[in-house]
Amino acid sequence: MYIPLVFLSLIGFIITGLFGRYIGPKGAAILTTSCLIISFFLSLFAFYEVGLMGSPVYIRLATWVSSEVLLINWGFLFDSLTVVMCIVVTFVSSLVHLYSIEYMSHDPHLPRFMSYLSLFTFFMLILVTADNFIQMFLGWEGVGLASYLLINFWFTRVQANKAAIKAMIINRIGDFCLIIAILTMFVNFKSVDYATVAALAPFFKMQTVNFLNMDFNILSLICIFLFFGAVGKSAQLGLHTWLPDAMEGPTPVSALIHAATMVTAGVFLIARCSFLFEYAPNSLQVVAVLGASTAFFASSVGLLQNDLKRVIAYSTCSQLGYMVFSCGLSDYAVGVFHLANHAFFKALLFLGAGAIIHAVNDEQDMRKMGGLKNLVPFTYSVMTIGSLALIGFPFLAGFYSKDLILELAYGRFSSFGHFSYYLGTFGAFLTAFYSTRLVCLTFLVKPNGYKSVIGFAHETFSYIFIALCLLAIPSIFVGFYTKDMIVGVGSDFFGSAIYNNPKTLHVFDAEFVEFLFKILPVTLSLCGAGLSFFLYNFQSSILFYFKTSFIGRKIYSFLNKKWFFDKIYNELFGQFFFKFGYTMSYKAIDRGTFEIIGPTGLSSVALNVAHKLHKVQTGSLYHYTLTILTTVAIILSLRQCWLIFEYNVDYRGLILIFISFFFILNSKN
Amino acid sequence: MNLTSLFYFQDILFYTSFIPLIGILLLVYVNPEQQKLLKVIALNFSAFPFFIFLLIWGGFKKSVGTFQFVTKILWIPVINLNVTLGIDGISLFFILLTTLLIPLCILISWNSIYSNLKGYLIAFLIIEFFLIGVFCVLDVLMFYIFFESILIPMFLVIGIWGSRERKILASYYFFLYTLLGSVVMLLSILYIYNQVGTTDYEVLLTFVFSDLEQKLLWFTFFLAFAAKVPMVPVHLWLPEAHVEAPTAGSVILAGVLLKLGTYGFIRFSLPLFPQASFYFAPFVYTISLMGIVYTSLTAIRQTDFKRIIAYTSVAHMNVVMLGIFSFNNVGIEGALLQSLSHGFVASALFVIIGVVYERYKTRLVKYYGGLVHTMPLYISIFLFFTMANIGFPGTSGFIGEFLIFAGSFKVNSSITFFGATGMILGGCYALWLFNRIAYGNLKSQYIKQALDINKRELFIFLPLICYTLIFGLIPDAYLSSIHMSVNNLIENMYF
Repeated sequence: MYIPLVFLSLIGFIITGLFGRYIGPKGAAILTTSCLIISFFLSLFAFYEVGLMGSPVYIRLATWVSSEVLLINWGFLFDSLTVVMCIVVTFVSSLVHLYSIEYMSHDPHLPRFMSYLSLFTFFMLILVTADNFIQMFLGWEGVGLASYLLINFWFTRVQANKAAIKAMIINRIGDFCLIIAILTMFVNFKSVDYATVAALAPFFKMQTVNFLNMDFNILSLICIFLFFGAVGKSAQLGLHTWLPDAMEGPTPVSALIHAATMVTAGVFLIARCSFLFEYAPNSLQVVAVLGASTAFFASSVGLLQNDLKRVIAYSTCSQLGYMVFSCGLSDYAVGVFHLANHAFFKALLFLGAGAIIHAVNDEQDMRKMGGLKNLVPFTYSVMTIGSLALIGFPFLAGFYSKDLILELAYGRFSSFGHFSYYLGTFGAFLTAFYSTRLVCLTFLVKPNGYKSVIGFAHETFSYIFIALCLLAIPSIFVGFYTKDMIVGVGSDFFGSAIYNNPKTLHVFDAEFVEFLFKILPVTLSLCGAGLSFFLYNFQSSILFYFKTSFIGRKIYSFLNKKWFFDKIYNELFGQFFFKFGYTMSYKAIDRGTFEIIGPTGLSSVALNVAHKLHKVQTGSLYHYTLTILTTVAIILSLRQCWLIFEYNVDYRGLILIFISFFFILNSKN
Repeated sequence: MNLTSLFYFQDILFYTSFIPLIGILLLVYVNPEQQKLLKVIALNFSAFPFFIFLLIWGGFKKSVGTFQFVTKILWIPVINLNVTLGIDGISLFFILLTTLLIPLCILISWNSIYSNLKGYLIAFLIIEFFLIGVFCVLDVLMFYIFFESILIPMFLVIGIWGSRERKILASYYFFLYTLLGSVVMLLSILYIYNQVGTTDYEVLLTFVFSDLEQKLLWFTFFLAFAAKVPMVPVHLWLPEAHVEAPTAGSVILAGVLLKLGTYGFIRFSLPLFPQASFYFAPFVYTISLMGIVYTSLTAIRQTDFKRIIAYTSVAHMNVVMLGIFSFNNVGIEGALLQSLSHGFVASALFVIIGVVYERYKTRLVKYYGGLVHTMPLYISIFLFFTMANIGFPGTSGFIGEFLIFAGSFKVNSSITFFGATGMILGGCYALWLFNRIAYGNLKSQYIKQALDINKRELFIFLPLICYTLIFGLIPDAYLSSIHMSVNNLIENMYF
């Protein structure tokens, strides 16, 4: 029952992937969707058994690799953390499958699309259910591959190709860090199982390891590298640039992969490795700072994006920042709680955005929309629900988790907690501003699109409708119903799945936060929403004057161009390596130095020398005698000199002299 | 006679290695006009040893670390020169790889060789004989003889059946580098013979050379093997030879010949000269690292399809070198697994190039684009092997790479850290190449006809796909057979 939960989606992938042309689009849609729905019900059952009844399940299938002390098993671990993730993944995934049946119905490659979605779900389930780091890494890379394929789904578009490669390569930087972390773990703990590493972690608290010729605390080193892995996958500041570009993929993909599930893998990883992070407080500080910075940075960029999906993408990035810094402040459970809530309303927002894009003939620029309120009222209402949940409007899903994160951050009463709190609160203000801006520009302001497009805007009432409905319900209620169970004071829902050092436990401290700081985030959010609503609906002239003023233009281009991260990366790193690969490593070294020392040099030196020797053969005896005499004299004197210089001359220098001969002799022709 | 008695049939190695030669004898007497018959004979006689070696694997005792199926043939007893054949876990799988790839090579060139087909097939059967020999013999001199002999048919394959004018230069490079490296090896083999009085491998294992001797001998062996691996700066022949060789030649070159270098290190350099191996390890790390980073960066900017894959071969084989010089079980087993994996993956990638080359007669990447429109099956296979090439978990490449890094991390974490950057660079060149070939718009101004892979080509790919997956998902089947041999090797090094 637990195994089919994971492998049903693989079956769906294999059948639709290999035999898609035989079963047709309809067959593929039915097969993959029903596999996923069964999988969802299985995970509901698993949630009941593991989450509610509190009995973790551990399944060991077979040995994968065994070599000396390295032992890796095919194993599955279902504890409360896993089943929460399973529910989220299978629920969102089955709805996205359902949604895609209609959204992609015009596409001839529907079977391929469905099979990729199933492949992604399979790898995601492997990622969350693995019982060791290597199997987790399989899922980790697998979702990267599925993401590559899905971003690239419309493969004739250059933008899609670029975005897909970018996503994969930036993710590989993260994967590289993750592999280094796993290697460090293996070399020190002799194991890559969660259970063994968890049991051994406390004993390595004070030990150091030599890495890059410097001594590091073992656990800090591992945690920092694990976190860099998470930075890649969860698009945190520095490695975030792939996420907005990934919006080139079809919208259901953005909803499933780049909002609800894959990007949260990094947060899941941090929560999963809480047993390591808790013993490495230094690395937790890095996590908190980077997470809070991302939360602020992404929301500031989201403020002035014009592409509908990019706004939501930056909002995802920013919300991931909240989850990450909450983990960095040791509130893993709250981070995971926000992850689950966020998955519902962000998937809702993306699928709603997809419905809008569908309605206005594939237009994504918000400046060309407007006035859709009366044309697509249902989409308008779900987008409003999603946006309010994201803003953290009281009693919707986002309110319970985001507010709690900020409250607990302040309740940490440490400089890192305050740093995160202030950035997060200001980020919440910006979030509210751009979310409302999105709703206003799309639905409320005067229509700005072409008449032909707006005139045909319409809604569909089949699969898209069902998917949006089913996502809107948890977006409203999930926080209210599950808060006390998951993150309530004294709840042991996560049991041993998430380890909290008793010293860092501070649920009660948060109760003593001043009322002002408790109320500040939600007040600022509402202010931001109100301000944005007011400005965009009634005072757009003020905005226009601001935008066209000198400072306004600078700020606008700075934020609209995403703080110039892409420019810096492309021009400093990308161009550099490209140039280096050609001029340096290919032209100068491969075709240059090595050729000269090697075959071409050898032949030309031989020719040169032969040519010169040929001139020496004058046939005159005097010349020969002179040559012989001088050579003998030189050799003898050299030998005599050598006795003097022997101890001062390094014979390795002779090699250099020998090699330089090649260059000297070659340079003449 | 029941099947198990076959496994204890001592001379089985000797007789099996002669099967390709029987094939050659038959081929000589077939009329060159009967091309179909020639190909069928060559295919059958090259594939037959594979099945026999599978049987031998069945009879192979996993719990024994020493050599099995040992056959001793007296050659010149007066000067104590004998031919000893025998296999252990390390060599068995290289032989299986060889005997798998040669029939695939013949299948690859089923329709693409027009001139002098007979000579071509004979060359491949001879290569198979030499390769089985090189992996079977337990005698340094005989190893040298086989090691060098492979140059001749390979030289001919590149020089005669290559594709462009430049093939002469390429075969000259190939010959020059490998020969210059191994000439000095011959000198040191003579020295060894003088010192020990025999060149028998198992006797040599018991002999302890002095420190200086070890360093010198190790270095000469290193020159021979490094040119084969290939390591920077003697890797120049590889891109040239690969680009100019016919597809089957590239497959054999990347699939097996490069493994001769790593096999030589594992078989001879490490156990015979352990002190020198430890002494020179940092040196090897450094140039392997250069190999990984430089060639990966170079590969990104290449325009020739084959040249890119050739450079990636260099990068991967240098990763293998890191594993070998980690001197522990995990690293060496990883190195062996990665060698085999590279044998499958790089071969498959060269076949992938061969498939489009046969159709469109160009290897320049810029003429291709959007092939997924017309050749979906081909592109799926290409994607699979691209993923295997960059070490996607679940394929053999990942297991090999991970074991290597796990082994070398114990010894030197800095080297591993920089070596592992190859993962990122590998992602860059492999994905960019794949993207340029597979996606984008179809370049219909260059590509007029569309033809997905046919049945013959599918059956070339299928075994390679299967082995890549099997070694990735259940590598234990393989690793359990080599544990004892590797243990034995390491014991020889440390004691």
